[in-house]
Amino acid sequence: MTTAKITQGSFSYLPDLTDEEIGLQLRYALGNGWAVSVEHTDDPRPRNNYWDMWGLPMFDLIDPAAALLEVSECRRAYPGRYIRVSAYDATHGRQTTAMSFLVNRPE
Amino acid sequence: MSQRWSAGVLQYAEMGYWQPDYEPKPTDVLAAFRVTPQPGVPPEEAGAAVAGESSTATWTVVWTDRLTAHDHYQAKCYRIDPVPGAEGQFIAYIAYDLDLFEEGSIANMSSSIIGNVFGFKALKALRLEDMRIPPHYAKTFQGPAHGIVMEREYLNKYGRPLLGATVKPKLGLSARNYGRVVYEALRGGLDFTKDDENINSQPFMRWRDRFIHCMEAVSKAEAETGEVKGHYLNVTAATMEDMYERAGFAKEIGSIVVMIDLTVGYTAIQSMAKWARRNGVLLHLHRAGHSTYTRQKSHGVSFRVIAKWMRLAGVDHIHAGTAVGKLEGDPLTVRGYYETLRCDRADQDPRLGLYFEQDWVSTPGVMPVASGGIHAGQMHQLLSLFGDDVILQFGGGTIGHPMGIAAGATANRVALEAMVKARNEGRDIDIEGPGILRLAARRSRELDAALATWGDVTFNYESTDTPDLAVTPS
Repeated sequence: MTTAKITQGSFSYLPDLTDEEIGLQLRYALGNGWAVSVEHTDDPRPRNNYWDMWGLPMFDLIDPAAALLEVSECRRAYPGRYIRVSAYDATHGRQTTAMSFLVNRPE
Repeated sequence: MSQRWSAGVLQYAEMGYWQPDYEPKPTDVLAAFRVTPQPGVPPEEAGAAVAGESSTATWTVVWTDRLTAHDHYQAKCYRIDPVPGAEGQFIAYIAYDLDLFEEGSIANMSSSIIGNVFGFKALKALRLEDMRIPPHYAKTFQGPAHGIVMEREYLNKYGRPLLGATVKPKLGLSARNYGRVVYEALRGGLDFTKDDENINSQPFMRWRDRFIHCMEAVSKAEAETGEVKGHYLNVTAATMEDMYERAGFAKEIGSIVVMIDLTVGYTAIQSMAKWARRNGVLLHLHRAGHSTYTRQKSHGVSFRVIAKWMRLAGVDHIHAGTAVGKLEGDPLTVRGYYETLRCDRADQDPRLGLYFEQDWVSTPGVMPVASGGIHAGQMHQLLSLFGDDVILQFGGGTIGHPMGIAAGATANRVALEAMVKARNEGRDIDIEGPGILRLAARRSRELDAALATWGDVTFNYESTDTPDLAVTPS
């Protein structure tokens, strides 16, 4: 195989996002009224939809810094796992994930 | 009144097909026609003739009309407006009672509305511009087999446009070489690859051989990237039985998507949409042949009507124009098509060529596909025009990359991700777009080479199909 890099999510073809860049994406999500959530797994195969949830989706959150804190906590707990941030759009007609990107890869 | 029924050539306006006082009912199907009457034919008579010939009338008075509640069944032209800046053209608004149509049948609706009237001698030209399908009728159609939301959940891809490419050359490759193109494009970063409209089952490559090699390529690329990938396997064939056989085999070997051409006909499209929902396979529609009747502004059927019919018929994807690429498409008119395909409710908007409001009452949206002469250097324009729910297809712009097909795919993916990221960060991509691409290219040799090859390519020709109402920039 030529490559073993998992390229799921919106930004896998860019250099890894810095915390500051992740914060800007979180701000975009919250600005749209989407609920942010953090999930992790050691099994990132294409059709594994159900990663382990790091707590519940953060409904009603206003400050992106709080979501970034959860990302950091999850990374500290699971440095050897894939971690993704998702944003959920609960509006009628969508009721689905609105964005999703990786924020941690195993060392 | 009795004179109305005297034998002889029909005066449509006098026979009740012109009713300027008529208030359309919420259940009526409405149509807007661009009418160019022959010299000497009054516009009201022309509009009434269209209403008559697309509903109950024939050229002469028939006494058997009197055996029916004819005023219920006859279509009514209720308004006729001259087209600004186009002498001799009028927009005729016609209302049809719901009783005129069979539930859930595009074939029946289109036979009524465009079946007979387009060859009518008293008209120089006629174009069906738009239709309002009332919820009462819309709900009798299946609608998209899956729709945009379900497609994203199948693919596990959110918050960015999807990327695709059509395998080229479209004719002549053997199955093994064809699969190579699919593999390279998918492993390089595309989400989808695509059969072209005319690749079916020819002597140089039979369908089953192509399907097997394409699916080997898809599976290998999925394993390497951890992403769900797909190849639109074109199941277009001479008979429904052949299409079902091909689609069934595609599903059996794990394809998430099959494809048909518009040339198979409305009934076959509706059959395949039912098959697609029953089998959990996405349905891609290539609008092969549409320009023969959609492109000219004075005669034919607008693509916005075809888009509406195809959403009712139940496809998941349809090609809907690029605005910036090599094929016909005025930007505002194309935006009107995208609204028609994606929104749950679209308002009347003459700037976008939308003559009526349209309520889809939760019919899922169709994923529009932008394909034909687009490249990575236009990424900011494409994202700004179309947003996230679109498949951007770069055929030549992937396969023609100087470093190879996978590099072409990577260039497109890098450009896309950089642009989505910048937009989300609050940057103005319309203005900063080219700079964002150049910066991303510093960290991607693939994108750098793509911009060097195609960065300056544009297709600036005047569109033939534009809205009548010009927008004055403010």
